[in-house]
Amino acid sequence: MHIAEGFLPPAHAIAWGVASAPFVVHGVRSLTREVKEHPESTLLLGASGAFTFVLSALKIPSVTGSCSHPTGTGLGAILFRPPVMAVLGTITLLFQALLLAHGGLTTLGANVFSMAIAGPWAGYAVYRLLKRYDVPLMAAVFCGAFVADLSTYCVTSVQLALAFPDPGSGFLGALGKFGGIFAVTQIPLAVSEGLLTVLVMRLLVQSSRGELTRLGVLLQRARPATAPGATPATDRAPGPTMDTTTAKTEAKIKATDQDTGDARTETEARAR
Amino acid sequence: MSRNAKINTLLIVLVAALAVLPLVLGLGDHKEEPFAGADAQAETAITEIEPDYEPWFSPLYEPPSGEVESALFALQAALGAGVLAYYFGLRRGRRQGVERERERALDGHAGPTAEPSGDVPGAASGLTADGESRTGAGQA
Repeated sequence: MHIAEGFLPPAHAIAWGVASAPFVVHGVRSLTREVKEHPESTLLLGASGAFTFVLSALKIPSVTGSCSHPTGTGLGAILFRPPVMAVLGTITLLFQALLLAHGGLTTLGANVFSMAIAGPWAGYAVYRLLKRYDVPLMAAVFCGAFVADLSTYCVTSVQLALAFPDPGSGFLGALGKFGGIFAVTQIPLAVSEGLLTVLVMRLLVQSSRGELTRLGVLLQRARPATAPGATPATDRAPGPTMDTTTAKTEAKIKATDQDTGDARTETEARAR
Repeated sequence: MSRNAKINTLLIVLVAALAVLPLVLGLGDHKEEPFAGADAQAETAITEIEPDYEPWFSPLYEPPSGEVESALFALQAALGAGVLAYYFGLRRGRRQGVERERERALDGHAGPTAEPSGDVPGAASGLTADGESRTGAGQA
């Protein structure tokens, strides 16, 4: 749920717009670079944007008795780094502001800052940190998506508290109030978003292994000769040590191999 | 069901449960308008803090009714879901194609000693698809 049209005083609206603009410009640059250098990733970029589109259209009931929607920005941030999400998130916000009267043009800068910049960066930072400490991929993905979602709404609360400090209790009082509305509502939704992001990532691991490896999400596959059981993504037939003929077909297959981890284990079994 | 599919199903069930539980437990019952949007509540909170605040800009286009609005939200979700489904469908199809190609290649290499001498060209290609063996027979 974004800040509604006209609900930020002009000075704040402009300030957030100015703060967001460089991120979006930088994002457009990295997006075009990515597409130019790796045209094959266009599809996955589209899928990441689509994930944001779906998730931010789903208004889900929460424990506070009100509804909010996830953001879906964690996935793209983990796959393509946060700058790209500054663009994809802005597109989603524009769609909603123009067609659905959800969010707004005057509050676009603030909403972009929370959903398309702060959220993706926070989620990405958590994901990278966890991966550095060898946390399993899917756990890191869950935490990254969870944080990207929740932090978006924490920033929204801060933005509103800055614009409308409580006359009695000041900024902190207002932060508590808006935080209670946005951030607390968002906690179960952030869990949902984490789970859905893990689901999509699992499907990607099955279907787009090569792409994930190139993007650095998956590690380079270990040499099959040294660790035959460690490589397959599935639990199917790790198999005994390979004889030379399989190793030869293996090498041939590797040359043409793009992103078909599963197919490979099958052909391995067949060759045997 | 494979272990993979089981885990994926479990994830979906968990997400559904998280969405449905607040409704089942009646967590919105204490509110005047249960399960309203958090953004509308924020607007109320703003007018509580600053009673004379007037929104200084209104949306350029506003869906004329709740029905039209929900239709547009559904459109947004459908667009996103469509692109995602296209992506995964395409990947799956490509993967199957590559798999089939490999099977064919491996079948072709099954009798590598016979192939280069070219004694029985029909026999080597007979192992692969029907169409190929037919063209092989036609040429011979």
